[in-house]
Amino acid sequence: MAYNLKQEMSKPERFAPGHRLCAGCGAGITCRAMMRAVEPGDKAVICNATSCLEVSSFQYPYTAWEDSYIHAAFENTSAVAAGVESALRVMQRRGKVQGNFKILAIGGDGGTYDIGFQSLSGALERGHDFTYFCYDNEAYMNTGTQRSSATPRFASATTTPAGVESVGKKQNQKDLTQIVVAHGSPYVAQTTFLGNFKDFHTKAHKAIYTEGPTFVIVLCPCPRGWQYDAELLPEICRLAVDTCIWPLYEVENGEYHLTYMPKKKLPVEEFMRLQGRFRHCFKPGNEWTIEAAQQYVDQKWEELLAKCK
Amino acid sequence: MSIRDRLSGNEAIATAMRQINPDVFAMFPITPSTEIPQYFAQYVADGKVDTEFICVESEHSSLSACIGAEAAGCRAITATSSAGLSFMNEVLYVAASSRLPIVLAVACRALTGPININHDYSDSMAERDSGFIQIYAENNQEAYDNYLQAHRIGETPDVRLPVMICEDGFITSHALENIELERDEDVRAFVGEYHPEHYLLKSENPLAVGPYGTSPYYMEARVAQAEAMKNAKRAILEVAADFERTFGRKYGLFEEYRMEDAEIALVLMGSSAGTAKAAVDELREQGVQAGLIKIRVFRPFPAEELAEALKHCKAVAVLDKSEGFSACGGPLFAETAAACINLDRRPKMVDIVYGLGGRDFTVDQAKRVFARLGRIVETGEIGPVYTHMGQRDLREEAQ
Repeated sequence: MAYNLKQEMSKPERFAPGHRLCAGCGAGITCRAMMRAVEPGDKAVICNATSCLEVSSFQYPYTAWEDSYIHAAFENTSAVAAGVESALRVMQRRGKVQGNFKILAIGGDGGTYDIGFQSLSGALERGHDFTYFCYDNEAYMNTGTQRSSATPRFASATTTPAGVESVGKKQNQKDLTQIVVAHGSPYVAQTTFLGNFKDFHTKAHKAIYTEGPTFVIVLCPCPRGWQYDAELLPEICRLAVDTCIWPLYEVENGEYHLTYMPKKKLPVEEFMRLQGRFRHCFKPGNEWTIEAAQQYVDQKWEELLAKCK
Repeated sequence: MSIRDRLSGNEAIATAMRQINPDVFAMFPITPSTEIPQYFAQYVADGKVDTEFICVESEHSSLSACIGAEAAGCRAITATSSAGLSFMNEVLYVAASSRLPIVLAVACRALTGPININHDYSDSMAERDSGFIQIYAENNQEAYDNYLQAHRIGETPDVRLPVMICEDGFITSHALENIELERDEDVRAFVGEYHPEHYLLKSENPLAVGPYGTSPYYMEARVAQAEAMKNAKRAILEVAADFERTFGRKYGLFEEYRMEDAEIALVLMGSSAGTAKAAVDELREQGVQAGLIKIRVFRPFPAEELAEALKHCKAVAVLDKSEGFSACGGPLFAETAAACINLDRRPKMVDIVYGLGGRDFTVDQAKRVFARLGRIVETGEIGPVYTHMGQRDLREEAQ
């Protein structure tokens, strides 16, 4: 059935309002869209890493989650999901569970790229039937914007601040999507919030309904960490894809498909200019940082295009 | 009808697991507990169980997977030792505070460093405040019997806490001993099915586990957990009584050996009790009123019962098989001394740390400890309260 935003938005919310996430935060948007991708007749168990999302969506005695939900710790969400999936398998075999359950895991970039990387890799390798959503806001936001391995080069974070001797983070980010692809996952997709959410929804649905360990990584702006006005969130997402900083693509059984080709590839400085974390890059004498950022994005984009042919 | 066999502690525990046929077993190997999942893997391969057996990439993940599985509505188990238990540390607390009655078999082994694979209790003692129930075995039979009781204890509705079933690494885990096994059908009838009230995969009613608990709620959760641990003492005794009715072997919170009229006594745990009992028997033949208490349940700690059992003694030596680095004694001493604090007439009490990293413990050593207790009674002088036993004097050797 063709995607229809109006129809999607008329579904009952499975991530309820009243949570404590900031205005303009991408995490809540990710959760609503993720849950819309679960068929209404199906149930879900959400396994959540310690994160802004966890402390904001399940603060005792309230929960924003209409489905079953478990949080254990920061670094072990994939292992918890593996346990839930194993439970589902054996309980189905022993006739102890009714209905169709989908196992979803969700963590930020800290809980996915860094501290949760081992348990993610283990669960991917073992082939559990679950979908991992990484809401990637490119730093440890829950503790106050410390750098992560997802933080882009030149971003000012509280542990890589800009200063007279510093132009922000020194390293480019880890390419986690490629690392997950290398695990042989049957479906891996990179998305963000764009227009009518067709790209997000299609990928999330495909991931959830593909058997095996699947992975969706969502560029998920953070108004506090990236330092932008809340209403600029859609604009920042659009610029991330039109500058090719965050290309939209999917990898199905190892085959790459570009799902969005910018009509006109924009310069990266248009994305950077809207965010306080790159402010220092625009100071006289730091022009080279923007050039270096452009060069890196161009190189990665060419590599991706080569894979998509 | 019991079946006589000859098994190591690890195989005895694995046999109990096979008989129970749990839903999920998440494993990661570490010496000396590794054989437990190895035996179990063979049971899976041979179709003797239909457990979901997952080989995860670390102990942190094995317990995390158990947390997911148990919350989802399953009986989930794992096994570990030493550094593996330490690596689980954070998630032990999560399992306990989420009130998930996971059963964790621990073949107790020294912690690094230096790295050492042999027995002491530095691993399990480091986790004594994690919120797990801890039950210790003297030998293979007790390890098996304790395991058969573990699920029922943990799953008791007003308890709902995870359980560590501890055996002594190598000494118990690897040594073959005669053992009485129970028939599979009798074990299954005794352990029963697990029917949790709330679980993640209950389709008619979703569940949320692991909230952010702010100051207005955190303390209530912790107090509820503390109450559950108090309730565990009753549950352990109830399950032990049913175990005795069913299988004929009797268990309590601790074992009193020749304590009726004992003036001097040891308090200790695990396989050392067998050695120390031989010393007690020899001394009794010489007319010395010696006895010992072997702690079976360390969490919940049987403080009142222990004080009652020790109150008529004149001097007591606690034998600690782990070094707590408190500079004033090991953890068993701290608990035993605290248990006796409100007695009107307290025995004099010393702590002896021994047997670290697999250092042998002998009947002669036990007799020397009793001799020291005799001198304390005779002179009224305690002497040094906290000492070590069995270590060489390296300075002397160098000379």
